[in-house]
Amino acid sequence: METMRKERIDRGVRVRASGLYAISSWREMLYLMGPPLALIIGVILLPVILELAPYWKRVINIMCVYALLALSFDFLANYVGLVCLGGAFFVGVGGYLSAIFNVYLHFPVYLSIPLATICGAFICTFLLMPCLPLRGVYFAIVTLMYPLLATRVIEALDILGGTNGITGLDSLPNEYVEHYAIILMTLFFLYAMRRFVNQDVGLVIRGVKDNDQAVKASGISVTKMKAFAVCIAAFMGCFGGAYMSHMYMWSGLSMFALDFSIIPMASVVIGGGGTLLGAIIGSFILVPLSEVLRNFGTFRIVIYCALLTGFIVFKSEGIMVYAMRKYHQFERWVKV
Amino acid sequence: MSEEIILSVQGISKTFGGLKALADVGFDITRGEVYGIIGPNGSGKTTLINCITGFIKPNSGRVLFKEKDITGWQPHKIAHIGISRTFQIMRPYYSLPAYKNLIVPLWSPRAKTTGGWRGGGKHGDRDTVAVDILEEIGFERDSRVPYKLASTLPTGYQKRLELARCMAMRPEIIFCDEVFSGLSMSEIAGMLPLIEKMKSEGITLIMIEHRLRELFRVADRVMALNFGEKIAEGESSVVIENKKVKEAYLGSEEV
Repeated sequence: METMRKERIDRGVRVRASGLYAISSWREMLYLMGPPLALIIGVILLPVILELAPYWKRVINIMCVYALLALSFDFLANYVGLVCLGGAFFVGVGGYLSAIFNVYLHFPVYLSIPLATICGAFICTFLLMPCLPLRGVYFAIVTLMYPLLATRVIEALDILGGTNGITGLDSLPNEYVEHYAIILMTLFFLYAMRRFVNQDVGLVIRGVKDNDQAVKASGISVTKMKAFAVCIAAFMGCFGGAYMSHMYMWSGLSMFALDFSIIPMASVVIGGGGTLLGAIIGSFILVPLSEVLRNFGTFRIVIYCALLTGFIVFKSEGIMVYAMRKYHQFERWVKV
Repeated sequence: MSEEIILSVQGISKTFGGLKALADVGFDITRGEVYGIIGPNGSGKTTLINCITGFIKPNSGRVLFKEKDITGWQPHKIAHIGISRTFQIMRPYYSLPAYKNLIVPLWSPRAKTTGGWRGGGKHGDRDTVAVDILEEIGFERDSRVPYKLASTLPTGYQKRLELARCMAMRPEIIFCDEVFSGLSMSEIAGMLPLIEKMKSEGITLIMIEHRLRELFRVADRVMALNFGEKIAEGESSVVIENKKVKEAYLGSEEV
């Protein structure tokens, strides 16, 4: 009896498009540039296209905020080895700081968002510093506690507007600024991170995930590198939070909602861990999906769970890894 | 030859719970020598290295590097002042090509000061230096070996990669934790000249080893450990004839 084996081979165009030969013809160039250009142009045109469906325009912004959080989760989990469920904490810190700068100190929007982002990143890093020696699930548990802790503190001490939150933040100048501020930042962070992880510093950070003992033996402080990585991740999260508080013109306890920790993680699972782009694609699927499922009321959680379970069981590699493989390689059956 | 004592270990003791892993172990090492540490399994060799390089804090005792007390320092600080080590269980950065593995030590603050990485600021520079170091350590530059994923390298090359990671730091002392174990005879034959070369460059080597024949060819002095205690020290031919050492390896005659 003949046994068959599935074989994967790189597509000819992939081989031809490597190195300098990429510029040999339009076809090769399209092969390389097509998907990223489609993504960039598609995302940028999204607000214009959705003029037809105004309800969905608001969803774009939320989608991008979740995309940023997913990006930061993917970076920390798959490049640094820290499973960080502190997305909600980053958002909350960014949101509240932005509210403080804007409402209490009367800074304009274009100052309060960047300031909240930078200060927030440092505050989050500082507060997470004691847990940095933890690894894996322990780090996840501690970071999950932080947003819960923050809400209780605000509630109990009745500071920062207490349970009502801080109201009366300035909105962004107009609708298009609102859309493009977050869309461009998302694209910027995506490509910045993709570059960063292949820089020398990025390699050192990836080294921490692979083998932190060897990094220590190479004379580099692992804690410092982890703090640096958390700072970058918190930067993205805090920007999302600061932006969102201005979008809603309100900053309250729901900024620390668990959704901001969980949905990014689910997005990374669906999109494909370690690809960075997958994180964004994942949240671009999950967030609109949860909007659609809103019609089903509380039943939506069931559908959501079924979907996630299905993905984890049947396509655990994620959409992005699968798509990349199909794009670059073809499969055929061969005799063994 | 100068008899400068570069590393002095005095009375190191370490217990894990009730187990005495090391009991009052001490030795001095002069600059440029090859010092072997032998002993049966579980005799405390790796624990000793861990204590010296800061991965474990000893319960008592002192480690002096060039007359400076470095006991209980953080591992990265000890590596920074020039004490490098390999690991018994090789774990290269699997997801990276072999030469990219050296980016980590070349990025470290020490490499910037010792000229392991000669700088320039251009992104490509570290890559060039990394391939140079790998060539020194026996990776053929023109082959594909330096560019292969670290996880796909054969054991011999992974061991060399561990050494290369140390060499990239331009250290003064290298602790080699069983670099010969798991290698074939021909692979070991390829490693020996490397050890000789490092020695000729003035690097002090401290080698933990089970392959005694190979070790004795390169080691100037040898120390034997058993149950965490130092049982013999001196020239290899003397140590191997020591009654206690024989007993440790082969068991005592009266049962």
